[in-house]
Amino acid sequence: MDKLEMVDLTEKQKKTRRWRSIAIGLALAGLVVVFYVATLAKFGPAVLNRPF
Amino acid sequence: MALIDDRNIDDAPFRMSEATPGDYIALLKPRVMSLVVFTAVVGLVAAPGSMNPLLAIIAILAIAIGAGASGALNMWYDADIDKIMSRTASRPVPAGRVTPGEALGFGLVLSVLSVMTLGVLVNWLSASLLAFTIFFYAVIYTMWLKRWTPQNIVIGGAAGSFPPMIGWAAATGSISLESVILFLIIFLWTPPHFWALALFKSGDYERAGIPMMPNRAGHASTRRQIFAYALLLAPVGVAPWLLGYTTLFYGVVSLSLGLGFVWYAWKVLKMPDQDKAMAPAKSLFGFSLIYLFVIFAAYLGDRLIAHLTGLGA
Repeated sequence: MDKLEMVDLTEKQKKTRRWRSIAIGLALAGLVVVFYVATLAKFGPAVLNRPF
Repeated sequence: MALIDDRNIDDAPFRMSEATPGDYIALLKPRVMSLVVFTAVVGLVAAPGSMNPLLAIIAILAIAIGAGASGALNMWYDADIDKIMSRTASRPVPAGRVTPGEALGFGLVLSVLSVMTLGVLVNWLSASLLAFTIFFYAVIYTMWLKRWTPQNIVIGGAAGSFPPMIGWAAATGSISLESVILFLIIFLWTPPHFWALALFKSGDYERAGIPMMPNRAGHASTRRQIFAYALLLAPVGVAPWLLGYTTLFYGVVSLSLGLGFVWYAWKVLKMPDQDKAMAPAKSLFGFSLIYLFVIFAAYLGDRLIAHLTGLGA
């Protein structure tokens, strides 16, 4: 069976992909923080007032 | 043998991106974004009432991302003409570091994200204004007006004028005459600012086929129109004080700036046709940046002092 042909990334492609991945991760983390903070700011302690 | 086995991977239109996060940040036009953030902050802080500071920061962030998204959509559509002009040739799309499709996707995702964030977390009036601003800049200005009429930046300038109004709407949930005046200051400032640039960069715009005022109506007509807009801008800049919204401090600053703007525009009006260096146009362009920054900073300072001391105008 023939060996599966793969795309070999250059060092530059690997490096920029890594940087893009880190940037996407940071952006997503930032979005989580934004919505967490906004939830607290909008509802305050009332965020815990919910029926069980 | 299956067909797929006969195909070489090199035949596929495969392209691995070499774009850095910096290229994507460049798509957001950070310099334009900084102006948007600044004017939106002024609108938000100057508005009456109080807003939760965390929500205020989120509102400014959403407005900034929305403005950046419209910049990315602009770079997606304008890659062909950006490649021709010296000022824009090194942007990520014309330089080939980001594909047009990637820029389009990036712009669309950020547009939806910024508008929805502002709507859900702040209010839907400001979100609607932000959505309209993105649409106006990307579709009305970039796709339609820019390549069609020398009035492109006059009408398209509305997109850059909305941020203080969006900031105001984020804080109050409404639109008022004060926020409309802030809109008008940027709206009337835009034509003389860009036409001063277009005068000494007219060769670039001509090569790209963009119908800017100097290469359609001529330099003399552009100089007259710059002066006319300066005459309109100066009193509108002073209007917040004349209408009693600010203190004398703002009145003095805005009046001085307005007179300075008219003076620089007068020098442009008197610039000879054969003047190739165009120093007066370059001076006006530089002063126009100072004008906008200082007049909004003065408005912000005036309103902040009024808030902190509890004294209205």
